[in-house]
Amino acid sequence: MATIGILIETEDGNVKDTNFGVLTAARGQGDGTIIALMMDGSADGAKDALGKYGAQKVVQLSADGADLSTSHDLKARTLAAAIEHYSLDALLGLASAQGRDIFARLAAFMNLPLASDCMAVDMAAKTVKKSHFSGKAFATIKMLGKVMLCAIRPNAIDAVEAPADAAMESFAASVQDPGLVKVVEVKKEAADEVDLTEAGVIVTGGRPIASADNYKILDECAKLLGGAIGASRAAVDAGFAPHAMQVGQTGKTVSPRLYIGCGLSGSVQHFAGMKTSKVIVAINTDKDAPIFEKCDYGIIGDLFDVVPVLTEVLKEKL
Amino acid sequence: MQIYVCVKHVPDTAANIKIVGENGFDDAGCKFIANPYDEYAVEQAVQLVEKNGGEVIVVTVGKAVAAATIRAAMAMGAHRGILITVDSQFLDSQTTAQALKVAIEQDGKPDIIFTGKGAVDSEGFQTLYRLAAGMNLPVVNEINKMELGEGKATVGHEIGGGAREVLDVSLPCVLGTTKGLNEPRYPKFPDIMKAKKKEIKQITIADLGISVDGAQSELEKLEKTPDRSGAKMLEGDVRQAVEELVNILKEEEKVI
Ligand SMILES: Cc1cc2nc3c(=O)[nH]c(=O)nc-3n(C[C@H](O)[C@H](O)[C@H](O)COP(=O)(O)OP(=O)(O)OC[C@H]3O[C@@H](n4cnc5c(N)ncnc54)[C@H](O)[C@@H]3O)c2cc1C
Ligand SMILES: Nc1ncnc2c1ncn2[C@@H]1O[C@H](COP(=O)(O)O)[C@@H](O)[C@H]1O
Repeated sequence: MATIGILIETEDGNVKDTNFGVLTAARGQGDGTIIALMMDGSADGAKDALGKYGAQKVVQLSADGADLSTSHDLKARTLAAAIEHYSLDALLGLASAQGRDIFARLAAFMNLPLASDCMAVDMAAKTVKKSHFSGKAFATIKMLGKVMLCAIRPNAIDAVEAPADAAMESFAASVQDPGLVKVVEVKKEAADEVDLTEAGVIVTGGRPIASADNYKILDECAKLLGGAIGASRAAVDAGFAPHAMQVGQTGKTVSPRLYIGCGLSGSVQHFAGMKTSKVIVAINTDKDAPIFEKCDYGIIGDLFDVVPVLTEVLKEKL
Repeated sequence: MQIYVCVKHVPDTAANIKIVGENGFDDAGCKFIANPYDEYAVEQAVQLVEKNGGEVIVVTVGKAVAAATIRAAMAMGAHRGILITVDSQFLDSQTTAQALKVAIEQDGKPDIIFTGKGAVDSEGFQTLYRLAAGMNLPVVNEINKMELGEGKATVGHEIGGGAREVLDVSLPCVLGTTKGLNEPRYPKFPDIMKAKKKEIKQITIADLGISVDGAQSELEKLEKTPDRSGAKMLEGDVRQAVEELVNILKEEEKVI
């Protein structure tokens, strides 16, 4: 019987919703033991949330005499110690900016196979499915090592509840930071924004948005849906939006349940970053715009007419 | 300074990928380029050497045709190239990292090794970490700001949620570059001509004493991502179309 660890990510002390899809993936056929590993936030507060999705154990990790939050190398070493201690057969987590970095450090440190940004995992077959060629192909990869590491694309796997009674535990690893990388400072540029890569709904404005200010129209709509706003490269290059908002091959890769593209032509490079969204809606003035060939629902119209009405209707119906 | 840049030869992101057999693709029928993220790495290395003196060496693991990518980096200003040849289309990251490590260590003493943040073909996001661990060096990925200091580099990167992190990394180190770090130059004709005369050392991966049999992961299957077959268009005036959309998203798709 397999023992599977999940690295849990928190935000402001709370378990992020995107963890639940990862827990669901880890359960697989349901014959393994699921251990949630926490390096920040409060494990006590997380017990119920994690138990609901099948965690049988919630472990608060710490490093002997060092502050885990200061270094990703230290986190990776702590996870390595936890893998040994709990004899894990696999460790799963989120392919967020942080998650990707920590998993890659861990894989390199322990010399284990890692699949980053997975779309699906088969725990029994030890295979993962992930994007290749900027989303143009899916690769099925067989993981051959003793322990398999998978960082899963946020929102790629639907969360399904499977209540378990989670037991609490803590584990202090005796590890040290190699100390070769030092954090000088962390600057929070945009406060209280939903992280694009984790957002469940994204409303994106392309080149015709025409100014930074006009994103407010999209933002109002996105906020109603609990989502975030994105931009195309054309809009970023024109100075309407920061690069942090860019979706696509040279921007962020996202997989929300709903993607609303406003004034996007539907370029290959943009689609490389959002092709795996569950439902894609396009709003475009041109009935022949290529995006209408590769989305689920389309409205022919001016985004400046359609989006405000959408916001209005959402206010009425949500 | 002695700066090494790892550059991968990858299919053009605009190219159509034709899948062949279970886990291969038609690489003869598709245009290849230097991995886009690796261009930021080449540019950064060339700028540093222009300022501080030294040498930029490009290292590539790939088929013999990957020499074209090394030439492209040389046209941007890299001085020499090392091409480690392999036969397969896909090589796992651990083996690739080992090959890069051995080739670099046999060649010289790096002050900095640059890579891209990830390869756009296999989307591994890990080779640089494995290279760094193998050489016992610090590593930072996705840097979009960099300043060189005394025995260290100060680098910046995004960490999600609109936050940026500034880090000090002691040299030598491995740095993964991404968009925003610089604007990769467009080589001019004379630079392209000059690049043709520069030296590329070609060795096989076996010459480096590395076996390709110990892979930790194996590509079992490659398949085209299913395309959406075209949109259901919502008709009527704006209000009608939007109401229908919201109903569908709520009742049928259940995404809002
Ligand atoms: C190497 C490389 C990497 C790239 N990386 C990325 C990337 O990461 N992300 C990315 O997005 N792009 C990327 N691109 C650029 C990409 O090729 C396209 O140029 C870009 O995505 C186009 O942006 P757009 O759809 O906003 O603008 P356009 O192509 O100009 O399309 C605008 C669309 O809006 C419609 N329209 C006009 N006015 C209105 C209106 N008022 N209301 C509604 N619709 C309207 C038009 O009919 C048109 O279809 C990359 C390109 C290259 C070469
Ligand atoms: N075959 C290769 N040859 C040279 N550099 C490579 C190769 N594979 C990966 N790299 C480098 O490692 C980075 C990350 O690659 P990956 O882990 O495959 O996504 C790339 O941006 C390159 O700089």
